[in-house]
Amino acid sequence: MYFKLAWRNIWRNKRRSLITIGSITFAVLLACSMRSMQLGSYDRMVETAVRFYTGYIQIHKDGYWADQSIDNSFEYNQGVIDQVASANGVEEVVPRVESFALASFAQKTKGGMVVGIDPGKENALTEYQDKLIEGEDLLQSDQAALISEGLAKYLKIKVGDSLVLISQGYHGANAAAIYPIKGIMKFPSPAQNDGTIFIPIKEAQWFYAMEGRLTSLSLVIDEAKRTDQIVADISSKINNDDLEVMGWKDLLPDLVQSIEIDSISGQIMIWILYAVIGFGMFGTFLMMTAERMYEFGVMMSIGMKRIVMQFTVFLEMLMMSSMGVLVGIGISLPFLIYSYYHPIYFTGESAEAIEKFGVEAAYFFSLEPSLFYNQAWVIFVMALILGFYPLYVIWKLKPVKSMREAI
Amino acid sequence: MSVIKAENINKVYNEKTIPVHALNDVNIEIAKGEFTAIVGPSGCGKTTLLNILGGLDNPSSGKVIVGDTEITKLSDAELIDYRLKHIGFVFQAYNLIPVLTTMENVEFIMLLQKRPKVERDARAMQLLEEMGIGDKANQRPSQLSGGQQQRVAVARALASKPEFVLADEPTANLDSTSTSALLDIMAKMNEEEGATFVFSTHDQRVIDKARRVITLEDGKVISDERR
Repeated sequence: MYFKLAWRNIWRNKRRSLITIGSITFAVLLACSMRSMQLGSYDRMVETAVRFYTGYIQIHKDGYWADQSIDNSFEYNQGVIDQVASANGVEEVVPRVESFALASFAQKTKGGMVVGIDPGKENALTEYQDKLIEGEDLLQSDQAALISEGLAKYLKIKVGDSLVLISQGYHGANAAAIYPIKGIMKFPSPAQNDGTIFIPIKEAQWFYAMEGRLTSLSLVIDEAKRTDQIVADISSKINNDDLEVMGWKDLLPDLVQSIEIDSISGQIMIWILYAVIGFGMFGTFLMMTAERMYEFGVMMSIGMKRIVMQFTVFLEMLMMSSMGVLVGIGISLPFLIYSYYHPIYFTGESAEAIEKFGVEAAYFFSLEPSLFYNQAWVIFVMALILGFYPLYVIWKLKPVKSMREAI
Repeated sequence: MSVIKAENINKVYNEKTIPVHALNDVNIEIAKGEFTAIVGPSGCGKTTLLNILGGLDNPSSGKVIVGDTEITKLSDAELIDYRLKHIGFVFQAYNLIPVLTTMENVEFIMLLQKRPKVERDARAMQLLEEMGIGDKANQRPSQLSGGQQQRVAVARALASKPEFVLADEPTANLDSTSTSALLDIMAKMNEEEGATFVFSTHDQRVIDKARRVITLEDGKVISDERR
């Protein structure tokens, strides 16, 4: 009957309870959406960076990450690759030669990143074949290049045109070559889209005069969460002091830090939202307590123990808060599921404005379960803290005084 | 044998500022099965005396003994338990729980006493039938008239089979028909269930029905008449 009593008490003042539940619902909806958008965007940023620049785990010569020069490359070693590939959780080992070069066509020149790739393996990491918008994919034996859309646009180069690359090779050798453009790729990240050139790995080794050498082995793993564990496993397996094994968080500390800073600002916003809702809830609890002082007095007069009365009142608050949370999650879930599969892409000038900051002009969403249960426990804890007021009032209640003063 | 014994009860409000003596050296004994009215003009101390007898308020001095327990020495938690087990209250404004049905209101005390559901249901229904409102069992208090609500309040007070029922101006808000119906019911309960009733009232109809009338004036007992 205590549950019945609590439940019916909620609906004594329908309008007020609905407003309170509505405000909690709105807060949960807003908090879930905001946080989902934040986490989704972070995931996308990490995914983009990891899948293009580094891989979840990268193996390179010790010291390469601090000084990313082809002079810090290492010799191709099939034994090491086999050992790494056999590590638990490793799905693909992607060899790469990466360096910079000046790319020219006609009167235009621009610096770009030249990536020597093994086409079959590279696709497992960057999925570049899906990004081909013109022309054809590279073959391992090709003496040709794929170029990113932004760079192609800048150089005004088309499929079939010849691209001139000039750079410095291994140990200061001259590097110069002409490659026909075999295809054009469109990358979501503006930084990638404005300056990327793919050539087969053997061509890159020839171009940079570093036959038989690689700058890195990037790894595709089964679960990003297992990165640290797999790094430790591989490090012990290859047991080679000349090589360094790094996880994506160490490879991209700036990205991790900027995400953390942005995440804090997002959390501050959410806590402000919680504070606003908290005051609303407290107002309701305050009124609910004040208008029932007489009734509390009567209940205590007839023999209701304080603890039982506190339990009943607490149940009311908990039920009301839970309803708000559940309805909020119920509404946000379909919205977020839809948004997860259909990110919001910007177009036109707003897209250009966002892309100037080097990020993709789109809102991505996350369906991380913690998004939802975090709201539940925060509201629960808030109800618990705010609920201390009526519980305290009941604890201090004098039946005669409360009945007399309430009249 | 006395059920309640009040010895040298004094109650002073605002002791530290302007003292108001609500009760002055009151001594009364209520025996089992009595149907007693405490009467007197407004402000004479009727409600204060009733509150002290019921353990709702503490006297400034003196003691109240119920059975062989001196309730004025009990702690707050013990007093709540004492009220639950030994006293039934009927208030002037009925004070039913608005969100519970008539039946549930009567059951509520027994729920607090942790009695089994079957026993609660049977006792609540029996009392409502005796009060003549068995057909209103599933209605909420707001759907009942004042007289009917007060009958539910009496049923609630009797539900736990208390040693005595304290009723503070139970007929103050009732019309004459409802008042006489309620008094008949209480008299019947007094006879059939052996329940001891103590009223505070200045309603002549209640006074006429009482078998003992204690008159208070300025916080003092000025007469104690048995009929």
